[in-house]
Amino acid sequence: MQFTIEVGRYNSDGNYAPNAVPGEPYPPPWNRSPVRRYQTYTVDLPVHAVVLDALIAIREYQDPSLAVRCACRSAICGSCAMWINGHAHLACKSKLQEFTKNGKTRVESAPSMPVIRDLVCDMQPFWDKHLAVKPWLQAKEPVPPSDQEYRVPNASMEELIQEVSCISCGACLMDCESFAVNPDFLGPQALAQAYRYAGDPRDAQTKERLGEYSKPGGVWDCTHCYECVTQCPKGVAPLEQILKLRRMAVDAGYTNNAGTRHADAFASSVKHSGRLNELTLMPKSTGFFNIVGQLKTLPSAINMIRAGKLPPLIHKAIPGVNRIKAIFERVGGRFK
Amino acid sequence: MTRDHDVLVLGAGLAGMRAALEAARNGADVAIVTKVHPIRSHSSAAQGGINAALGEGDSWESHAFDTVKGSDYLADQDAVEIMTQEAPRDIIEFEHMGVIFYRAPDGKLGTRAFGGASQARTYFVGDITGQALLVTLYDQILKAGVKVYEEWFATKLLMENGACRGLVALEMLTGELHLLRSKAVVVASGGLGRLYEPSTNALMCTGDGYSLAYRAGAPLMDMAMVQYHPTTLAGSGFLMTEAARGEGAYLLNSEGERFMKRYAPNKMELAARDVTSRAEATEIAEGRGINGNVLLDLRHLGPDVILKKLPQIHEMAIDYLGIDMIKEPVPVRPGMHYQMGGIKTDVSGATVVPGLYAAGEVACVSVHGGNRLGANSLLDTIVFGRRSGHASAQYAAQTVRSGGGEDLLQSEQARLQGLLDRPYSGETCAGLRLELATMMDEKVGLYRSDEGLHEALDQLREFRRRYENVAVGDKSRVFNQALTFVLELGFLLDCGETIIRDALIRKESRGAHTHVDYPDRNDEDWMVHTLLTDRGEEEPEISHLPVTITRWKPEVRTY
Repeated sequence: MQFTIEVGRYNSDGNYAPNAVPGEPYPPPWNRSPVRRYQTYTVDLPVHAVVLDALIAIREYQDPSLAVRCACRSAICGSCAMWINGHAHLACKSKLQEFTKNGKTRVESAPSMPVIRDLVCDMQPFWDKHLAVKPWLQAKEPVPPSDQEYRVPNASMEELIQEVSCISCGACLMDCESFAVNPDFLGPQALAQAYRYAGDPRDAQTKERLGEYSKPGGVWDCTHCYECVTQCPKGVAPLEQILKLRRMAVDAGYTNNAGTRHADAFASSVKHSGRLNELTLMPKSTGFFNIVGQLKTLPSAINMIRAGKLPPLIHKAIPGVNRIKAIFERVGGRFK
Repeated sequence: MTRDHDVLVLGAGLAGMRAALEAARNGADVAIVTKVHPIRSHSSAAQGGINAALGEGDSWESHAFDTVKGSDYLADQDAVEIMTQEAPRDIIEFEHMGVIFYRAPDGKLGTRAFGGASQARTYFVGDITGQALLVTLYDQILKAGVKVYEEWFATKLLMENGACRGLVALEMLTGELHLLRSKAVVVASGGLGRLYEPSTNALMCTGDGYSLAYRAGAPLMDMAMVQYHPTTLAGSGFLMTEAARGEGAYLLNSEGERFMKRYAPNKMELAARDVTSRAEATEIAEGRGINGNVLLDLRHLGPDVILKKLPQIHEMAIDYLGIDMIKEPVPVRPGMHYQMGGIKTDVSGATVVPGLYAAGEVACVSVHGGNRLGANSLLDTIVFGRRSGHASAQYAAQTVRSGGGEDLLQSEQARLQGLLDRPYSGETCAGLRLELATMMDEKVGLYRSDEGLHEALDQLREFRRRYENVAVGDKSRVFNQALTFVLELGFLLDCGETIIRDALIRKESRGAHTHVDYPDRNDEDWMVHTLLTDRGEEEPEISHLPVTITRWKPEVRTY
């Protein structure tokens, strides 16, 4: 079957084939990523072929200058995450047929990462974040003697298989909306690995870890866009791990931060009026006495007023709000 | 640019990183040179588990005997004894580092059954054991702050007065060639699966280390011993872990028969890999296959076992064949998987070349002999990775670093430039590799014959001639993979030649080497290893070493 592939080329040497056509600049926040030149190839492959099959066929028999990282071809090594039709996927796991839109498939290195050449991006931001969460066991004392293992229930190990299944392909970070606007955000992969260690019964530093992960750039900087859950090819579901870390951090007493206040303000508003009071949400999240923080939100507030998005000044409770309160009582815990 | 270290480790899979960690612990200034990021290393594709006699009622002697029997008595028993004795501690060490091994109900490490083993002694993490070990070890490397030259491609070892003192490597990101000097080099660059088509191996398994060490004077041993795994996925050839059969899966022929009862009545599907692969090939050849495959049937295991203990292969069969193994059997066939032979080392990882060490698949201690048991390869990497890291650091401590090497850097620069300048002749790297790999599978695969091997050697000579005309189809500086592919093909040709020559020499059938002209094992004449030493333009020198026997005399091998 014939497939048409449009490959985003980039070469800092400036060597391009004449039929490599410059594309549009990327929209913000990726507008600093260099404009790619798109080169179109046609490949003849079996119906069930994946995008990587096409790229390898191109590289081997049409254009040896195409740079692409790949190794295992079976979603184990994590080399081939790239943008396919504008979202991050593993090329080896993406069926060409499913990804053919308007007769073609467009592939390019994700503009959220620095580009090195063609489909090869610089993964350093990804590895820096990975390192930042201290991704190693800080063993609980006493460490058993060298001929004995830690005795732990199998369920506690099995629970971590989901995070250990991460192949560090970077697809989650490439499409993370929070990372796109905030380069300091630790990101989905690193935080999923953070949970892998914080959730390990053999780790001694759980509380210290939770303190670290609660700081700016940590668990509270996730905006729940679910891109990481959607894009992860291994079912790691980083957002779910981030939510676990938040719960653990709050339970461990790390509540003096905008994230916890924001969650509290949300819950409190819903509890008392049955809906969200957007007017008080921001001051409550930043902290009422945090004057500098409050002032920083002013430009956004002015923009909102200009755009006619100012929430109503008088916040009314919905009818039957007592039933909502009853739910909170019933659920119990922090918001009782 | 020139950089100096005490120990350089080539390769960042389990053997390489374990060696680096141990060298660092022993005070050496160690750096890893790897052509892919450590996490991309092929160790991550090991699915089923890692063996050790750790449980009650098990003994290292039993593990050692199973390994020796599995090797068809070609393994050196002193080395096997060391590996099996040290296995429990090495596995416990990884558990302490954080590997989330499966637990028995009492909270201790739990096992699964594996091929060729007299009892269940395979420790595991689902069907991602290699990956679980690799990420844990990588994080230890980060913690220890070991320097990693990532995406640096080694082109040649630096030799001075007969000793190995570093290497030259191409930095992919810049296209710059560097001289890395050291007191010792540990080659841990993995296997050579790209020499065969199809193969379970990743695209970067191109035998770099075998060729680099061979060209530096280190002999390659028992290269004929190439393992075909019994269960590789129809079509793509991806690995379907032996753990499936360890958990109880059946192998069926087109008549729905569990045919292994005719080949290995006691162990059935859990016979050693060479036995099982040949059984499948016989079924297929005698017309009881299904389009060149047999069936791996897991249905009776139920969704719970499949989804919890074998999730990765479950997903792979869906992704690449559209088959849900919970509901349907999966077509599989024998496929090239592992090289038992390799750079001859002693039990410390040392080669005969001073300063040159090797560990993992690229090395041949030999603990696998003619046929490796499943779940012994991960064990090999961590035991002999550790030992070579230790020995190389000790050696480095009493060795003076080289001050030279600039001439090698220049000659390598010129050689690479020569490749880049070569005009296009119509000969492509990919085309030639595919011809070579297809030929190896046909003539130097599961079954060999004198006629086929002679043809293979003739063809290989022809491939070598054509290789001189392969042009580099990319002239760019940054990330020029066309250049490294040509270099890799050169490595593969060396590997292919030594495999064919070794297969021609061994006039018997043993382990993975099934010679149709000499169908029986011949203990009288062939309880020996074959070593091939490079002599440049001349044919390699052939020598033999007796197999070390400590306590297990060769016996008839049945399962």
